[in-house]
Amino acid sequence: MKKTALLKKIRDSQLFWPLVAWVLILIFNAIVEPGFFRLGIIEDPVYGKHLYGNLIDIFNNGAPLMLVAIGMTLVIATGGVDLSVGAVIAISAAMGAVLINPALGNQLITNDILTRNATNTPLPLIILADLAAGTLCGLWNGLLVSRARIQPMVATLILMVAGRGIAQLITNGQIMTIYYTPYFWFGNGYILGLPVSIYIVAVVLLLAWLLVRKTAIGLFIESVGINAKSTFYSGINEKNVKLLAYAFCGFCGAIAGLILSSYVHSADGNNNGLNYELDAILAVVMGGTLMTGGRFSMLASVIGAVVIWTFTVTVYSLGVPANALLAAKAVLVLLVILLYSDYSRRLMNRLFERRGSQHDTAH
Amino acid sequence: MIQRIKTFVVRHGSLLLTLAVFLLVYFIGGRLYPTMRKPQVFFNLFINDSSLLLVSIGMTMVILSGGGGIDLSVGGVIALVSTASAALLRSGVSPYLVLPLMILLGVALGSLMGWIIQYLKVQPFIATLMGLFFTRGMAYIISLTSVTITNELYKTFALTPIYIPFIPKAYIYPTTLVGPIMLLVAIYLSFFTRFGRTIYAMGNNEQSALLMGLPVARTKVMVYAFSGLCSALAGIVFSMSLLAGYGQFATGMELDAIASVVIGGTSLSGGVGNVLGTLLGVLIHGTIVSILQFNGTLSSWWTRIGVGVLTLIAIGIQSLFSIRTKRS
Repeated sequence: MKKTALLKKIRDSQLFWPLVAWVLILIFNAIVEPGFFRLGIIEDPVYGKHLYGNLIDIFNNGAPLMLVAIGMTLVIATGGVDLSVGAVIAISAAMGAVLINPALGNQLITNDILTRNATNTPLPLIILADLAAGTLCGLWNGLLVSRARIQPMVATLILMVAGRGIAQLITNGQIMTIYYTPYFWFGNGYILGLPVSIYIVAVVLLLAWLLVRKTAIGLFIESVGINAKSTFYSGINEKNVKLLAYAFCGFCGAIAGLILSSYVHSADGNNNGLNYELDAILAVVMGGTLMTGGRFSMLASVIGAVVIWTFTVTVYSLGVPANALLAAKAVLVLLVILLYSDYSRRLMNRLFERRGSQHDTAH
Repeated sequence: MIQRIKTFVVRHGSLLLTLAVFLLVYFIGGRLYPTMRKPQVFFNLFINDSSLLLVSIGMTMVILSGGGGIDLSVGGVIALVSTASAALLRSGVSPYLVLPLMILLGVALGSLMGWIIQYLKVQPFIATLMGLFFTRGMAYIISLTSVTITNELYKTFALTPIYIPFIPKAYIYPTTLVGPIMLLVAIYLSFFTRFGRTIYAMGNNEQSALLMGLPVARTKVMVYAFSGLCSALAGIVFSMSLLAGYGQFATGMELDAIASVVIGGTSLSGGVGNVLGTLLGVLIHGTIVSILQFNGTLSSWWTRIGVGVLTLIAIGIQSLFSIRTKRS
């Protein structure tokens, strides 16, 4: 009896299913490609000794998606959705690139100026401006949703369409290459042998966790997601709760943009963070947070993001062309859908709880 | 009489306003660029936006059916249909077989997504997103590069101008007619058939539609199938007008379509709006694009910002009117 209770507890945890999916993909990799888990230490001329290998790559490349998934979780938990994260990533990346651009305002940008390893703005200011731009985008979304009462999908769709335009406006339509080396640290640097981006994700996750679970805000978010009206009648300012969720999502998008542009050494208004909104939503859904809002788990969403990225790397290592990856992802979505459908849930419950069924009906 | 006009304005307010916005935007364009006053420019809107119009018609029906209905797969279906038809034609299959096959493909994809949404209780957003991924991926699996179409029938369809009577030097292409014809079909379906009534009833309140004994489940699947049909037609038109098939065709068209539908006054919560508004929404979208093209110095990203701002304004107008109607 005790054993089944423990099993039930594990199975009811939101972390269970994404972890199972991850393990399955890893097992598949272990069989198909024996070298998949190989880790090594390499001496980098700039960043010193660090670990390398597929697993490290997954975490390093997946960091922006994990960040966006953290923000998206809170937004989805309030019963909304943020389609603009990809555009916010592009805006943040563009902002960084423009501020770094060593040419002064009216100076003609030449290759000579661009390749100079210099910046126009000090790095802390760049980071602040990036974060401010992203948070501002989030606030705008939040205001549209909470104050103007526009449906979240439409409200964020506006920024999704216009945001990439704004990003191109910032960089004047160019793909700006970045040559300023200290900026590369976020996407390529290492601390104690592990990529910087992992630490950034950990810090953001920890901060968000403290904010949500150690204060009442998490409860507020869940109650807004379950029933916004009754939350309002119980004296909670549901508007501000929503505003906070969207602003935080924008903030996460900004950090993701910073890491992403630092990782690829450039800012491209059209392609930075392309399809991230979709991947992030997928990660959150995989993490077991319902699209209708309510109960959520940020850690589960992060694991969902890891699953997506592991899947991506796996498909690549199988030799599938990058463009055809989309079809493989569709199959993944279909599997997730089937796994999470009521039908399969019922089937699972019956499978796991043949003995505990009496207890269940007593509920 | 005044009372009648009042109710008419309140009832069709958002449609009239959309019309006014279209006329205003077109008028501004004409003032700025005298060449835009040529009638051909107006017909070019239909020529250039024929596939967007088709896709938006399907999207309108899906959004009208409510329950968070949305079809994100339209761009992907266009890409898949164009690539598949180009590949089939290249390998020598008769176009008379390819065309119905492609329409069948679109309908099948649409009904599959509708089935998943209705019976597996998946959010339309997620299910059609999967459709988008799947169709685009399949298009790339068929061919990673653009496939040109050399078929004679396609060429005739794409390049024979049809001159508009009574207006000198104004023409359209046969492919341009598909959109307006489909629009008429959609108007007939939505206003004069049981299917259309059911869509509106579902969009307003699915629960009560179900209790009234309306075939909600079947209609929902059919709505997505209809959207699939529209997307397939759009894909055929797209591949005919460009005489090629490519997986990257119509990237982001789902957003343009949603924007057009919203600009056209259809409420995203379903049950309110109609396809006529969508036509106006598409025309407004096209006009903005033409103004930017006539300007020449404004860069393409202003289109995106323009569409975003317009969507915002359209939603503002919508919410204004919904408050009005509630009060009255």
